[in-house]
Amino acid sequence: MDWVMWLEWFLKGLILCLILLGGFAYLTFYERRALARMQVRVGPNRAGPQGVLQPIADAVKLIFKEELTPAKVYKVVFILAPVLTVVPSLVIAAVVPLGTSFNLFGREITLYVADLNVGILYLMSIASIAVYGIVLAGWSSNNKYAMLGGIRSSAQMISYELALGLCFVFVILMGNSMNLNEIVEAQREVWFAVVQPVGLIVFFLVVLAEVNRAPFDMPEAEQELTAGYHAEYSGMKFALFFMAEYQKMIVMSMITATLFLGGYREPWFMTNWLNGIFSVDTYWFLGPIYLFIKVFFLLFVMIWVRATWPRLRYDRLMALGWKILLPLTLALCFITAVGILLADLYNPLYYWSIPVLSIFSFLISIAVIYRDLTRRKVNARV
Amino acid sequence: MRVFEPLIELGKGLGEVLRTFVAEKTVTYQYPEEKRPVRPRFRGRHVLNRYDNGLEKCIGCSLCAAACPADAIFVESAENTDEKRFSPGERYASTYEINMLRCIYCGFCEDACPTEAITLGDNYELTFTDRRQAIYTKDMLLVPVKSENMLTPQKVEPKVFTRSVPQMEDPRD
Repeated sequence: MDWVMWLEWFLKGLILCLILLGGFAYLTFYERRALARMQVRVGPNRAGPQGVLQPIADAVKLIFKEELTPAKVYKVVFILAPVLTVVPSLVIAAVVPLGTSFNLFGREITLYVADLNVGILYLMSIASIAVYGIVLAGWSSNNKYAMLGGIRSSAQMISYELALGLCFVFVILMGNSMNLNEIVEAQREVWFAVVQPVGLIVFFLVVLAEVNRAPFDMPEAEQELTAGYHAEYSGMKFALFFMAEYQKMIVMSMITATLFLGGYREPWFMTNWLNGIFSVDTYWFLGPIYLFIKVFFLLFVMIWVRATWPRLRYDRLMALGWKILLPLTLALCFITAVGILLADLYNPLYYWSIPVLSIFSFLISIAVIYRDLTRRKVNARV
Repeated sequence: MRVFEPLIELGKGLGEVLRTFVAEKTVTYQYPEEKRPVRPRFRGRHVLNRYDNGLEKCIGCSLCAAACPADAIFVESAENTDEKRFSPGERYASTYEINMLRCIYCGFCEDACPTEAITLGDNYELTFTDRRQAIYTKDMLLVPVKSENMLTPQKVEPKVFTRSVPQMEDPRD
């Protein structure tokens, strides 16, 4: 516990924060350009070459905008709410490993801020805190639309948190640890996305709901709620909500990559190519690069989904969370546990019953959704 | 398998968007540099036309001002002489002003004009920062001459340009 260690921690935390802040700025740019291309437009391309200075222009605009505090808001909570939303989205990234480690001035520097042995519990608890910010913002604004947005958001986040927690359960079962580093190392042989493909899909859907992205962007449905919980916010306070949403997108993509796509590790089949030249074990700096590629891809999928799917109706959203995703994730937990147990007791090949059975249960849940939709249609005609 | 319809439909949507992202060309015009061509009958800012020899077509008859439903046009006319000739015939417009704040771009002036002197052109970039800038005067509206010696007023042979309204064909687009 010498002072160099404190310095190391401080610097790592600072760099992580800066990465997330810069990532937020350029994620907005990335989203606008990619979304524009999907809609046969060009997107912002004026500020700087190909518009790369657009985020800076946006930031300057937001900072110099007039900040309005409506007369009858609960001031303390009104000001606290954006802070409460941003801070969890920053600190949640502390346990996510960005790579292995390297030597600098004779010290071994690891590429994660904290090596928590209950990392997944930390993720769950911090992810749930963010809902406070949104609910308090909606409530303190003294505005019915903001209030409705906040209530919707809390209901949605609490409902989907169940499925999120159960998704963590089968990752813990497969990784045999709650430490994210060990979970990444457990994916050396094969990614958990291959063992549990349905888990990845369900987890991704739940993440979309957790970060309030389309098609689950109920709390800020423009057409229904005039922007929802942040209707009364302007200037930098609004920018903080915006920042929190986009940082959460990045962090949740990092977590998805860590839990299912091998984190900072190379794809499992590439480990021994060309004497391991693509392996993280050979070159430490490949770790962040692989993680970046995976996060970039997952963010692309988020934008892609936003460009494609319409928003769910609120009752359907709740029905999907409680009637489909919760039983499905419970079934996935059961299947994973049984598969691991059978592999231990009888034959390692039984391990591959996990993907087969989980895809089967996924198809069953699709059939349930289909029946649900068609039954409603018949009733509507009568 | 109709049961899996929801999944197939969602997948189809994603596929279409990805195809657009990869294959489709953008339809955006990069406006200030690249302008969309206007339609043949587009009604933009007015222009005052000239004959091939440089004389103005406008004879200062004020029919356009009379036809204008918004009362945007103001015309004052003066006498032509063969020493200082602006247009064929007896008279020319010594003042011609259009208030672009009043103009509704209906094109009635164009229809009323006996010499096809005023037409609505292609220019739609009519921003201004002052109300006075909205008044377009004659020298702003007149089309430029092809060469310096065609500038009006011209000194011409007597008894040549006596007819103010030329022989005209039926109007076209």
